[in-house]
Amino acid sequence: MAEKKTEKARKGVGGWIFLLATAAIYLGIYVWKPVYAEASFGHFAKMARDIAPILLLVFVFLWALELVQGMKDRLAGLVGHDSGVKGWLVAVVGGVLSHGPVYAWYPLLQSLQKRGMRPALMATFLYARSIKLPWLPLMAHYFGMGYMLILTAYIACFSVLNGWLVERMIGSGGQGD
Amino acid sequence: MITIGRLRDAGRKTCKTFWRLLPVLIGVLLIASLIVQLIPELVRLGLLGHGPLLEMLGADLLGSLSTGQPVVSYLLGGELRQAGIDLYAITAFIVAWVTVGIIPMPAEAVMLGWRFTLVRNLIAFIMAIVVAWITVATLNG
Repeated sequence: MAEKKTEKARKGVGGWIFLLATAAIYLGIYVWKPVYAEASFGHFAKMARDIAPILLLVFVFLWALELVQGMKDRLAGLVGHDSGVKGWLVAVVGGVLSHGPVYAWYPLLQSLQKRGMRPALMATFLYARSIKLPWLPLMAHYFGMGYMLILTAYIACFSVLNGWLVERMIGSGGQGD
Repeated sequence: MITIGRLRDAGRKTCKTFWRLLPVLIGVLLIASLIVQLIPELVRLGLLGHGPLLEMLGADLLGSLSTGQPVVSYLLGGELRQAGIDLYAITAFIVAWVTVGIIPMPAEAVMLGWRFTLVRNLIAFIMAIVVAWITVATLNG
């Protein structure tokens, strides 16, 4: 428990160290090429202004996702070898709805794997995780609504293809070492 | 049933998530601002602009080696796009960033097995190029 807290604190500090390092880089460039640093900072200010309203929307989405509790538990038992179409659907939807770092999901996947989860569905779940619902408005802001919808749809479809191919290559029996 | 307490707890957790993410977002935006100004120069020097396929491969590799919040890939990709980088390459970069994980590979392998991890990532690496290609082709079609 204490180790977990330390790990979380370390990760939290990591972001600020990264920001400090970036500020130090800017400072170095400012000494060397002040015009370049000033122009870069101006560009940053404009970008920050542009994405601020989008971040507000993202905040609301993240909040809504936090309200969906117990999703991990519901996944168990729905992804076995006889799960059929329902299993694929659970893997894709579960992957899309899952959030947080991927490391947090490995233990769950491992326990589901031991209880008979198909490798195809594990791979599908991991691939579908790349669809980040809360951040889609930001993608639409940068690349357009059409691009965002097309890419999201393709990733969802290819998550199934990815899972199917993985299982074809390693077999449905297990993960192999 | 959504109660005030649950709303408050969820709000608090979201604030914490945002607070952790904030320095990373600011840092990435700052770095992206530095990089985008170099893009025209890189194109001029011949380091970029070798056609969609080679750029997609490079971007795929770069995305696979990168790690962190997917939002970072959107920010970097969006800024690189505005700096004139090809949409094929940017899409491959974004897709590879989130679907291929070379850095987390050891952790994934320990939990889910090496064979599964290697095969999954290899297929995802190839697919990043396919997804990038058909996405942009559909968009342009």
